[in-house]
Amino acid sequence: MPSLTLLSQALLSGLLAGGLYGLLGLGLSLSWGLLRLVNIAHFALAFLGAYIAYQLGNVAHLNIAISLLLILPSFFAFGVALHWLFKRYHVNEFGSLLVTFGVAVLIESLIQYFWTADFRRFESPWGTSSIRVGPIFVPVLELAAFATATLLAVATWLWLNRTYAGKALRASAQDEQIAAAFGVNHRALSFLLSGLCAAYAGVAGVFIALISTLAPSQIWAWLGVVFAVVIIGRLGNPIGALIAGVLIGACEGLAMAIFSPAWAPLVSFSILIIMLLWQPRWLQ
Amino acid sequence: MRQDDARDDGLLQRRKVVAGIGGGLLLGTAASTTRAAPSGKPIRIGGTLSLTGPLAQTALLHKIAGETFVDILNEGNGLLGRPVEWLLLDDQSKPEVARSLYEKLITGDKVDLIVGPYGTNSILAAMGVAQRYNKVIVQSSMGIPKLATYDMQIPASPFGPDPAKENNALVLDCVASLPAAPKSVTVVTSKFPSAQFMAEGMRDVAKQRGLAVPLYLEYEFGTRDFASIAARVKDANADFLWVGALGLEGNQLLESLKKLDYSPKLHYYLYPAPGPLLASPEAKNALAQSFFEDSPPFSTRVGVAKFSPMYRARAVKAGIPYTQLDSQAMGTYNVFYLLTRAVEATKSLDDKVLAQWLKKTTVETPFGSQSFNGPNNHGPGIWLVKQVQNGKWVVVWPRAVASAPILTT
Repeated sequence: MPSLTLLSQALLSGLLAGGLYGLLGLGLSLSWGLLRLVNIAHFALAFLGAYIAYQLGNVAHLNIAISLLLILPSFFAFGVALHWLFKRYHVNEFGSLLVTFGVAVLIESLIQYFWTADFRRFESPWGTSSIRVGPIFVPVLELAAFATATLLAVATWLWLNRTYAGKALRASAQDEQIAAAFGVNHRALSFLLSGLCAAYAGVAGVFIALISTLAPSQIWAWLGVVFAVVIIGRLGNPIGALIAGVLIGACEGLAMAIFSPAWAPLVSFSILIIMLLWQPRWLQ
Repeated sequence: MRQDDARDDGLLQRRKVVAGIGGGLLLGTAASTTRAAPSGKPIRIGGTLSLTGPLAQTALLHKIAGETFVDILNEGNGLLGRPVEWLLLDDQSKPEVARSLYEKLITGDKVDLIVGPYGTNSILAAMGVAQRYNKVIVQSSMGIPKLATYDMQIPASPFGPDPAKENNALVLDCVASLPAAPKSVTVVTSKFPSAQFMAEGMRDVAKQRGLAVPLYLEYEFGTRDFASIAARVKDANADFLWVGALGLEGNQLLESLKKLDYSPKLHYYLYPAPGPLLASPEAKNALAQSFFEDSPPFSTRVGVAKFSPMYRARAVKAGIPYTQLDSQAMGTYNVFYLLTRAVEATKSLDDKVLAQWLKKTTVETPFGSQSFNGPNNHGPGIWLVKQVQNGKWVVVWPRAVASAPILTT
């Protein structure tokens, strides 16, 4: 039987990893839930953000905050441009799956062209830093990612539930025509949300660069678990995505500590299947 | 019986001499600019590499090595006086794609010869196609030799017939030579087939030698999060950590261990990305597998002096962070070297003739004296253990070729 320290450490590591799942799932959940676009390119965009952060930080030696200031507006603009293409060619929900898969492949090729297929690692002074709390070690970067995910999820939830723009977006997602009859400009709001989702991918990318190893093919490594997070967390629900991410991360961490690390990938889909069979009210 | 042995020894010696002379001639031919430039219809050698997908990092080294070899060849007299073309396709790190592409190379492109892809799974897929068309296939990275049962497959890297036993025994001999020899081993491995196979071997060999194995862990290839794995390694706290790591997994595990304020006392990585591991401050005195390092005595071996600077220059140009010539790149060098040696020696492009020559001959290669007449065409394994020492990879075992003794933290 694993020791209590081992279990606590694994649980904490899983919770913090779940924060990154939630952060990556946030933009995907909003785009799928409120724009009815299944944006697979979200993962590729996050990795593009990670490579740009790597380039700016490790090659151009820019401060990570400055990198973030450059990445956020440019990704917002990319998101708007991509959405313009979707609108221009009337891409529907199913079509978006195929189109964004193509965009993801294009971005992967672009990354490989510029940075080669070789591994890249963002060397930062906080890379291996952690805070000791009794026998438990809290890694600084993972904690920062978790805090950022929480902050963005709460802020987005407040925006969607407390502001006119947010409520209008939710109304449009339910019935675009009725919302339009009440004066909601869905087109303008959808561009705003699309830009926001891409900017969230940029934020997730910066943390991926700081925490993970970069290789173009890693784009696809996150696909399954983040899709599970988005579905379990309920489409278009930012807090749900975070909670689902944390739930899956914690279960993965415990599975790795009690059974075997090889069991971890089974966890997210097992939870997803259980949730889909159980169909709790909050998931419907 | 003794007469037969003596005759076999004599034959072997004669073959070695002939092979050595042949090698010198071929390399001289390749390097010479005074000889006539190759002319006529090109000899086409087909193959795939994982230029995209999860194996692309390492396949890139193989690509540069192969291109460099072919260019050196064509700068000289080519092969049989004809220029050589390497028809290289991308198998996307997928065995099923490799299978289709080899089918295309043989039946559609009608290449004269084929060379193997990168990685055990893709090699197995390509081998099936080669077998169907009776093509000789020389490959360098088939990590599970017992699976390579095709009689015209030639392993260019000296894994030996039973690396799980042979290499792990070598590694344990190496660490047992320390004044404080380890009494327990933690084995952590990727589930990538060739790494998992070696990890199981390490567990078994360690137990046979009376070492405790408090922890044996497997993780999926491509695992993102090593935090929980690190927590278990720390909890087990064995004297020796053996990691069946591919690429940067070793670095990731070490970083996660550092976050838990834990440094392994003695640690070994199976197939690491050599540059990043060398650069990691946590990898002090880390041990790793090798077949070749670009230092004496290996760098004085056949063809290395010309090949090494060209390879490094191209690796720099390609933007690869670690440009030192290593076992991976040398594997592909050796694939082409063995194939072209066989062609020059037999003056033939007939696959059966080439396979027969290779299986009968002991060839002096950058890895040492290699033969292909044992189980599944393997000769004895030629494994090395290298260690990070003062910012460099240094061979520390076996003692006969070691350039420094093994160090501990």
